[in-house]
Amino acid sequence: MTHQELALTAARARLLGLEMVYRAASGHLGGSYSALDLLTVLYQNVMRVDPQDPQAPGRDRFVLSKGHCTPALYPTLALRGYFPVDELGQFRSIRGHLSGHAEMRHVRGVDMSTGSLGQGVSAAVGMALAGKLDGLGYRVYAMLGDGEVEEGQVWEAAMAAAKFQLDNLCAIVDVNGLQIDGPTAEVMPSEPLDQKWAAFGWHVIPCDGHDYAAIEAAYAQAAAVRGQPSVILARTVKGKGVSFMEGSAGWHGKAPNDQQYQQAKAELEGQIAALSQPAGQPGAAQAAPAERKEGKAYV
Amino acid sequence: MSETIATRAAYGQALAALGEEYPDLVVLDADLSGSTMSKQFADAYPHRFFNVGIAEANMTGIAAGLATCGKRPFLHSFAMFAAGRAWEQVRNSIAYPRLNVKVVGSHGGLSVGEDGATHQCIEDYAIMRAIPGMAVVSPCDGPSMRLAVRALLDYDGPAYLRLGRLAVESVTDGIPGYRFELGRGFQLREGRDVTVLATGMMVQEALQAAQALDAEGIGVRVIDMHTIKPLDEEIVLKAARETGALVTSEEATVLGGLGSAVCECVAGSGLPVPVVRHGVQDVFGRSGAARDVLAAYGLTADGIRESVKRALALKG
Repeated sequence: MTHQELALTAARARLLGLEMVYRAASGHLGGSYSALDLLTVLYQNVMRVDPQDPQAPGRDRFVLSKGHCTPALYPTLALRGYFPVDELGQFRSIRGHLSGHAEMRHVRGVDMSTGSLGQGVSAAVGMALAGKLDGLGYRVYAMLGDGEVEEGQVWEAAMAAAKFQLDNLCAIVDVNGLQIDGPTAEVMPSEPLDQKWAAFGWHVIPCDGHDYAAIEAAYAQAAAVRGQPSVILARTVKGKGVSFMEGSAGWHGKAPNDQQYQQAKAELEGQIAALSQPAGQPGAAQAAPAERKEGKAYV
Repeated sequence: MSETIATRAAYGQALAALGEEYPDLVVLDADLSGSTMSKQFADAYPHRFFNVGIAEANMTGIAAGLATCGKRPFLHSFAMFAAGRAWEQVRNSIAYPRLNVKVVGSHGGLSVGEDGATHQCIEDYAIMRAIPGMAVVSPCDGPSMRLAVRALLDYDGPAYLRLGRLAVESVTDGIPGYRFELGRGFQLREGRDVTVLATGMMVQEALQAAQALDAEGIGVRVIDMHTIKPLDEEIVLKAARETGALVTSEEATVLGGLGSAVCECVAGSGLPVPVVRHGVQDVFGRSGAARDVLAAYGLTADGIRESVKRALALKG
């Protein structure tokens, strides 16, 4: 996909996520929106997967260790062709199979059930070990939150990945600087993340998590590393894409009311309309970087 | 003379012996491979063995990830840490996605002995049994443990297996027609007055108690309940109907394990049959030589005899 197509896909995913959470009256938009550009690039341009054969042994794998961000993952999977977009309407409903947190047994395309923070990255280590054992060339990606890294298990996994020299493993930390109770810098300071991951034996790649060229370059750099796992520390904006959600810890796990829903929908539809213009048109050029706020610096 | 061997030792032999037949078998340990006996497999198949260091939560997650890729992981630590410390990882990363991982807890119960209460896991049956879809297995001797390892390799789903530290007498190998089937208890001794349903090393104690009670004219049926979950309700209710009184015996707290499972089964059946639960009576253990600790808490043939008398008194 071109960068404009990526931006359009991400905007559509944000709108689908909004509708999921609004309809379910619950869900996690803030961290989903900060992660969506990273996820869109991963599923559209990086991972070698076939939505028609979601269990192929040689496929690349993705673990959403920040498992609450299903309003990012499920739309991304639907837009990649794993299941019809219509099914997203069943999110968090007793009548459907799209559980609140990522679930592998009923949702096509999900490689690991997650939701309890800190556990997904260990599963990704296991998948990467299996790939080495079987001599399969697949890569494993695991996305974590910067609040999630407060879980000790993340660092147990980090030690193990380095010990086993898992260069087929790439962690992505969505550094949006916020967790439920407030800024990570106040709740539990985890910086300097780059020095911590490096000290655990990982190749560290800083990146702007909303810049498609930078995201693609980060994934490419990770794939080229040999002998050690890589981590992309992606600076992002929580709530990215909807003006009143950006940079707000309050939108971690809250559903929008009617008025908020209408406003968010109008903003996202505006972005989609602008991005749907052919490349080179004025509207298209402006849409992607519009309304961007600076993420929190992580160094 | 029958073999005397710790179930963990028999386990270690069996796991290593089956490595060739099961190429998908992978083994994880958290710095206790010499104690859990997973080391024998590690020596034979070093590339399929992963020592993750003292990090049970991570080990549990890694095993889950390996299982999603078609491996058959067996993970190891002391029962306290495999079942206890990593309980939530077992629940959410293994059991909820129904992954084919075997959680192996060695040194279960009070017979850890000298290490004391922090390492004497008496809750493993209860907390593993509480997880939906989790099988719980606790063989009593070396021969049945060897059969259990194969049965668990062939079973596609999450399961917990307890290993014991102490060398114990083999009691199942001399039994004609003995077979190990997951989810099925096995009657080791016939009796008409009362039944002892025992698991793990309490099976040997139950057989001793039964022999002593025989001299007093009391006929005790003894059943090896190597699988605590799923419970063999058929054999439990048959014993309830035919002997009219039940004693459960486990080297574990009487809350939530085999005793509770049997009570749930009998209470739901409508049979007016008493159940006496022999085990650790809701207290912590303490340090001491293993046999001394077991004796201090009544986890002996004598303790079972007393429980049988109480059951008979309740039977009226």
